[in-house]
Amino acid sequence: MSSDAMAIPSATTEARPWVEVVHEWVTTVDHKRLGILYIVYALIFLLVGGIEATIIRIQLIRPHNDFVSPQVFNRMFTMHGTTMIFFVAMPILFGFANYLVPLMIGARDMAFPRLNAFSFWLTALGGFLLYFSFLGGNGLYGAGNAPDVGWWAYAPLTAKAFSPGPSSDYWTIALLVSGFGSIGTAINLIATIFSSRCPGMTLGRMPLFVWLNLVMSGIVLIALTPLSAAQIMLLIDRYLGGHFFDTQAGGSAAIWMHFFWIFGHPEVYVLIIPSFAFMSEIIPVFSRKPIFGYPVMVGATVCIAFLSMSVWAHHIFTIGMSSSANSFFAITSMAIGVPTGIKIFNWIGTMWGGSIQFKTAMLFSIGFLFQFLIAGLTGIMLASAPFDWQLSLSYFVVAHFHYVIVGGILFAVFAAFYYWYPKMTGRMLSEPLGKLHFWLFFLGFHLTFDVMHFAGILGMPRRIYTYEPRPGWETLNLIVTIGAFIQGVAILVFVVNLVYSYFKGPKAGNDPWDAWTLEWSVSSPPPNYNFASIPVVESRRPLWDLKHPEDPDSRYE
Amino acid sequence: MSAVTGPVLEGSLEWKLPYKGKVGMASLIIAESAIFTIFVVAYLFYLGKSITGPTPREVLETPIFFTICLLSSSLTIHLASKELENGHRKTFLILWSITIALGALFLFGTGLEWHRLIYERGLTISTNLFGTTYYSLVGLHATHVTLGLVMLTLVLLFGLADRVGMDQSARIATLSMYWHFVDAVWVVVFTVVYLVGR
Repeated sequence: MSSDAMAIPSATTEARPWVEVVHEWVTTVDHKRLGILYIVYALIFLLVGGIEATIIRIQLIRPHNDFVSPQVFNRMFTMHGTTMIFFVAMPILFGFANYLVPLMIGARDMAFPRLNAFSFWLTALGGFLLYFSFLGGNGLYGAGNAPDVGWWAYAPLTAKAFSPGPSSDYWTIALLVSGFGSIGTAINLIATIFSSRCPGMTLGRMPLFVWLNLVMSGIVLIALTPLSAAQIMLLIDRYLGGHFFDTQAGGSAAIWMHFFWIFGHPEVYVLIIPSFAFMSEIIPVFSRKPIFGYPVMVGATVCIAFLSMSVWAHHIFTIGMSSSANSFFAITSMAIGVPTGIKIFNWIGTMWGGSIQFKTAMLFSIGFLFQFLIAGLTGIMLASAPFDWQLSLSYFVVAHFHYVIVGGILFAVFAAFYYWYPKMTGRMLSEPLGKLHFWLFFLGFHLTFDVMHFAGILGMPRRIYTYEPRPGWETLNLIVTIGAFIQGVAILVFVVNLVYSYFKGPKAGNDPWDAWTLEWSVSSPPPNYNFASIPVVESRRPLWDLKHPEDPDSRYE
Repeated sequence: MSAVTGPVLEGSLEWKLPYKGKVGMASLIIAESAIFTIFVVAYLFYLGKSITGPTPREVLETPIFFTICLLSSSLTIHLASKELENGHRKTFLILWSITIALGALFLFGTGLEWHRLIYERGLTISTNLFGTTYYSLVGLHATHVTLGLVMLTLVLLFGLADRVGMDQSARIATLSMYWHFVDAVWVVVFTVVYLVGR
């Protein structure tokens, strides 16, 4: 991992011996370096999780395939899900937040730099533990044995009788450790945003990126901790003979589901709200207009955060709850559509009448808007309990949440890369390669996940390692797998772009996009202490004020 | 390098932000509350669901004395940090030591209770659902008391070495926030385990 991380800043550190450079990166407490470490770490796991997805898709390319055994298939979907959520999506979003929040609020570092480093290394240790299970799952003497209980690890599958050996414990401890890391980062972000803003940066003037990451951190505090609590209970069950999830002693398997999804659903918002944050910075800049409805955007985000705490059981309609509980969770889940719709309208309102520049970052943003809307619509379909009874645990659900996570979050992350890469490295990413990346990924994404909806409606269950030849299923699965390969090629184009542009890309300068937030006021990459003198701001767009002293925003606030 | 300086409003800009330690500690307390909530929910959900004995009614005794100890330590730590703010280091150290003693006494009480339950009543964490939920919830709280005591003791050691003065009063106030939280959680745990649960 570290060797890739080393590559990024070498422009300034070429002459020194590599040991010294490594030492500097390992011991760093600088929020920019930690941000890059998070991002590089997540990119490596993105490749690993992608390879696992490819293995799953090759196995399912035709009926009765025997590319991998059923046992390996189970491990692959478990590791794919766990990796992508905990060791790709979260660290990559935390990385951007770490890098950008202090710069955007005019601070020199996070509130607690050492806690920041500690949190990153906890997350890193978690990922390492999870993958060490391939070696250590059977105590190093047998064949490898990664966890195979699914990313939500329902009881009683995790009981000693059904998961002998320590493989599930690697899963538990990996998530517990990285969970503590995430909580540390959330505390740090909140303290930074409240206590380190530069003079004039009132809450109402903070960039939406900062606001949304503040809300995200709040959700992490309340929603990630139930998972930690449930993991502690699971460890008590497995190692101290407890009975929390032991049905034979009166325990309940259903309560694990509740605890898991009390974490699991807000987790979706922990991931999507930072993606909204990217959109709220990128769309205005490439539409050449300030964001439409700033206070409403903040209000809608807070509203989503509150609602997200009361919708978890729509993931488990099929376990049989009372009809009043079903109605409650159906209504709250559908209600989330309202603030989310407000946000989509606001982004479109921002683009409306703007002079839109179709840079790669903007293409990914428009893709995000379009796909996230569809993901939201299938979400409302699944929020209706009777519809969910029919399609739960089918490929329709798999298609739905991949539409959110790939079509929404990943597209937003790519947009963020094209937008902020110049700030982080000092070099522009190649636009032609970027456009190739976008169109390939767009094509592959829709081939894979549009078609998956149909396989689900035709009744294909998720998590099956093979299937009978049936009318419809064969062709659909073939198309899905072809789409997955196209996405894989697109990711390779992206990686090539990252590496090539790092060395050969045109110099970015301070402010390549003519943007308005404080991070663009400093050099690219920013100096060690970010700001030689702490800036003073008077409006939501401090750089606009600076560039247009004849017509500053502050006049209208 | 940094281009933005903007027009500085000399003196007219009142710029006060909250102390980062307080914000951080408040965030930690919110996170910890969520953890405790899940354990409390599990305790309440499993009340009366044990298949075998013993039941809470048969074996639990209300630890009134030790509860008074813990709750009054909240008062002493509050007074201690006020004394430090006013620069009275000696009274601070005395009150601080009393806080530690009261906390340790509480922990001793938990130890006594567990010893009695395990050796006289035969209730362990694996006996039944009551045992599992009881030891987890009370144990989680006791873990927090222990952690708190470690931090309080560190402060005491620094204090004895004359390293704690008025400059540190904001940090001391932050630490006492944590201690108040541990006490407040005990009020909830006490209500759930010894009042509602029996």
